[in-house]
Amino acid sequence: MEPLYLEGSPKTPHVHFDPVTGMLELKGRSIPENSVDFYKPLIDWIDKYGRQPSAKTSLHVQLEYFNTSSSKCILDVFKRLEPIRAAGNEVTVLWHYEADDEDMLEAGEDYSGIINLPFKMIQIAEVNGD
Amino acid sequence: MADLLDRIHDLYDELERHRVMLSFKGILAPELITALLGLVERKLVGMEPDPKARKRVFNVVVECLQNLYHHHGPMGVEGDGPQSAKDPHGVVMIARTDTGYSVLTGNLMAGQDVDQLKGHLDRINSLDAGGLREWYRAKLADGTYSAAGGGGLGMIDIARRSGGKLEYAFVPYDKDSSFFSLNVNVNT
Repeated sequence: MEPLYLEGSPKTPHVHFDPVTGMLELKGRSIPENSVDFYKPLIDWIDKYGRQPSAKTSLHVQLEYFNTSSSKCILDVFKRLEPIRAAGNEVTVLWHYEADDEDMLEAGEDYSGIINLPFKMIQIAEVNGD
Repeated sequence: MADLLDRIHDLYDELERHRVMLSFKGILAPELITALLGLVERKLVGMEPDPKARKRVFNVVVECLQNLYHHHGPMGVEGDGPQSAKDPHGVVMIARTDTGYSVLTGNLMAGQDVDQLKGHLDRINSLDAGGLREWYRAKLADGTYSAAGGGGLGMIDIARRSGGKLEYAFVPYDKDSSFFSLNVNVNT
């Protein structure tokens, strides 16, 4: 299976999903008007990856901004990982937030309350989108 | 002629007096929203030293502009072009205030949707920070809203970042539409 790589843009995050290492990265900002269009290939990739996942999957979310249209899509990304974990694989979400950004920490906590995956909250100095 | 020249001078004075950082009226295509957001971000870096406040204002501007993009209504007198009725059309103004920033938006919407939106805004205004967070979380979890429309979640998010009450007005425009204006104060 091919890795998924998308360069970041002013409104969309840098994406790097590696099927071999199981490292899935979402970095930068996610504020497109039509989030469903942007996230569809990501969701499709995870669905395919879920058929033969790596024993360990780690999703690194490191966003400076995301809009409410993306928030539903990000939830969908998490939801697609739940069955992979339920099948006995190790799946972790690493939710990064900038030291001064309580809102982003709260958003991570909100997701972790909804989604059945272990979340690790990681404080960082600054989001690097590239 | 003199009238027009006076008017542009008045407009300048008005924008100056209200400490307007940015104002725009027209069709909000995604490329234009990107450009406006870039402008706002650069201005905020120059004038707002607190990164947390900067982020809140920027987030509110994103949601407000995208609300205009997703929820524009039928056009009235200006809808003479074949595509203009479908284009996201609105007005936005971002101004400095004594307590922070004010993000003002206005757009026409279908008159029949006014009651529903008003109910939504009133419910938001009746909740405190904890209540808003709970509602946001419940709405996110139950998936009853469309990601494309964003809708209900957007206004809750705006209210959460604002930390204040949403100020709004609906003015009947013609028999099918109303003009919706929203003022979001982000206190810094």
